Amino acid sequence: MLDFLDISKYLGLPTSATAHAPGIDYMMSLVHWLMLVLCVGWGVYFIYVLFRFRQSKNPTASYEGARGKYSKMQEGAVILIESALLVGFAFPLWGQLKNEFPAENTAFEVHIIAEQFTWNIHYPGADGIFGRRDIHLIDLSTNPIGLDETDPAAADDLVMINELHLPVDRDVVINLSSKDVIHSFGVPQFRIKQDVIPGLVIPIWFRPTLEGEFEIACAQLCGISHYRMRGFVTVEPQARVTDWIQQMIDEGAAF
Amino acid sequence: MTNTEHDVSGHAHHELSFIRKWIFSTDHKVIGIQYGLTALLFLLFGFGLMLLMRWQLAYPGDPVPLIGWLFSDEQMPGGVMLPEFYNQLGAMHGTIMVFLGVVPLAVGAFGNYIVPLQIGAPDMAFPKLNMASYWAYFLGGVVMLASFLVPAGAAKAGWTSYPPLADIETMGQTMWLFGMVFLITSSLLGAINFLTTIIQLRTEGMTYMRMPFFTWVQFVTAFLLLLAFPPLEAASVLQLFDRLVGTSFFLPSGLVVSGEVLDVSGGGSPLLWQHLFWFLAHPEVYVLILPAMGIVGEIIANNTRKPLWGYKLMIYSIIFLGFMSFIVWAHHMFITGMGTALSAFFQITTMIISVPSVVLLSGLFLSLWGSSLRFTTPMLFALAFLPMFGIGGLTGLPLGLAPTDIPLHDTMYIIGHFHYLVAPGTILALFGGIYYWFPKVTGRRMNDVLGKIHFWGTFIFMNGIFMPMFIQGLAGVSRRLYDGGATYEFASNVIHYNEFMSISAWLLAVAQLPFIFNFFWSIWKGKETNENPWEATTLEWTATPTPPIPHGNFATTPIVYRDPYEYSVPGEETDFLPQNQP
Repeated sequence: MLDFLDISKYLGLPTSATAHAPGIDYMMSLVHWLMLVLCVGWGVYFIYVLFRFRQSKNPTASYEGARGKYSKMQEGAVILIESALLVGFAFPLWGQLKNEFPAENTAFEVHIIAEQFTWNIHYPGADGIFGRRDIHLIDLSTNPIGLDETDPAAADDLVMINELHLPVDRDVVINLSSKDVIHSFGVPQFRIKQDVIPGLVIPIWFRPTLEGEFEIACAQLCGISHYRMRGFVTVEPQARVTDWIQQMIDEGAAF
Repeated sequence: MTNTEHDVSGHAHHELSFIRKWIFSTDHKVIGIQYGLTALLFLLFGFGLMLLMRWQLAYPGDPVPLIGWLFSDEQMPGGVMLPEFYNQLGAMHGTIMVFLGVVPLAVGAFGNYIVPLQIGAPDMAFPKLNMASYWAYFLGGVVMLASFLVPAGAAKAGWTSYPPLADIETMGQTMWLFGMVFLITSSLLGAINFLTTIIQLRTEGMTYMRMPFFTWVQFVTAFLLLLAFPPLEAASVLQLFDRLVGTSFFLPSGLVVSGEVLDVSGGGSPLLWQHLFWFLAHPEVYVLILPAMGIVGEIIANNTRKPLWGYKLMIYSIIFLGFMSFIVWAHHMFITGMGTALSAFFQITTMIISVPSVVLLSGLFLSLWGSSLRFTTPMLFALAFLPMFGIGGLTGLPLGLAPTDIPLHDTMYIIGHFHYLVAPGTILALFGGIYYWFPKVTGRRMNDVLGKIHFWGTFIFMNGIFMPMFIQGLAGVSRRLYDGGATYEFASNVIHYNEFMSISAWLLAVAQLPFIFNFFWSIWKGKETNENPWEATTLEWTATPTPPIPHGNFATTPIVYRDPYEYSVPGEETDFLPQNQP
């Protein structure tokens, strides 16, 4: 689709590491093309006018001023391009992210419970069922998310701090919630950013396409240590994610 | 040209005491000057906060040189800035620049001083309300400044004050909320006054379509202030209740802070605050930008020696812009989890509002065609406003479209975007306005050489500060980071710009010295000017002496015979026809 228009690498965007990221990058390129054309167009006009109509060159001003349809045509073009961006890119992309969640039980699912200033990551374990949580069971040193150990589903659950392991080339669904204030779950390479709002559980989905290590950066001011509320994402084949979860449980690294 | 032949001393004014004349004055011109001086001081103070922050951003963890020892151990032990102090500086920089600096200067000072003169009114419609408005603003400012002195310092939840963080912050946040209540009250009083004045006190012949562009934008701005600010006043009171009497308007159930279950009733909504806040704060953006555009329009018409291009079209655009500004607010909230229907609505309205913005900028650009350009000091500022506003406006596009907002939201890109509108945009225009109307207020002109040095320094260094923000933002660097992003690996390629931006900021401070000197020196020593030094057409220059008559403005009520910008009318002797010339 007109690949030469894609200038995302010149814009300095981070590597794209999810299936939907190229779509956003392409749209970003188009918007910046529009900005560039308008900027250069008006810039050339502006500089020309400053020389052409200085007082010494043009001692008497024209009462009539500019005529012609150029301005209306420019308005029309801007309206058309903006409409095309909305209908052709913005609506479908947003619809895909918000409405086209992968079918139940096909995706890799985790819960992230944010707090000042860490990302608690709750994996359901082999049974694929998340154990019950209760805020009254929360204990910062032993049970940061208040997991109810008496729930059979919780037996194989894993809770890690700041360590998110995801399978490559498989849809991922993350349920985001916060214990205290608003945080924002952002991974620049994933083109994902979602506010984590206390009182709400907000699901997001995406499909990692690139193996490697990435950083989770809290994007919403959440207090004094906001600047170092950092988590780590490891994207690797599903088998290694499964092994890693089992290994963490065996080592007792989890809470 | 002017009607000075009447004996104005017999205008039934007794000699006023110093306090009634300069402190508790009801004369719109004195109140305008009070607003202007106070706002300029706050702008300088708010800028100073940023100069401190820029040290920490450029050299994270290094002690602040020279002045570091001035601060307390709760702010900068050993001269090293603490994150909590950094957050205070950030929140207060935003609050002070917007609510105590730019709006009071653009509306309180320029609007107050110029609007009644431009429409031929003897004063504002409610002079005492006008005085009350200034003093409410002043109190709001005092409360905001005093908040630095309370235990644990000033507000540190950002100028947006999102709960629950703002609800659980220290006492400075309470001060911030009280300050906002005063400031919004002040804006409301001012807005009612402007609307009544412009509707009721236009002189004979001053029809709506003969009103100068500047008065028109103040008129629309007053509507925005009147209708957009009350929701935040209400929201501030609700947040005060949350903090002081234990309500939970913005607190959901089940909050656990530092491992402890918060003892509140819950059931509230953090998003409610964001809606109320942005319902104010988006129209607020136009409150910041429209008066600047009005100033630029006046200066451009005067220095191109021709009428503004498409005057009526521009007026309609301003009205449409004002209306639309009420229904775009949630584009600040795309990543709160907004679904497709709501986001489609707000993306559409956001694209629609870009249309009148383009019309306005195009109109100002096209006004230059066929002109006879005078590169006076105010004109340099007005001309520079155009491309700066253009960059600021265009970079709003990817933020107003939800998918492209994902990577850019809450990054340095948006900081660059809105600063291009408000700093190289509005503040340049405000400087231009000061140079343009300074002779009107003082009867003396500011020095041109110093003015041009001030212009070039300001223009270059402002771009040096804000341009690299786009690069950092595209790379994904978040805003509001105490270490400027040094924690993050993905920021490592662009982190070095922080030093460049900081040095630009400090040089920008140096570039203000000629202005500050010029300002005070010219009050007493500037070259004396004649009645109408710019050979302008609007009533504030042509119908009243320079400086104008205290209390009453006009010796005889001016009558308006023609459009506001009748420059270079073919067949006329002079290249300007005053509005009040029969």
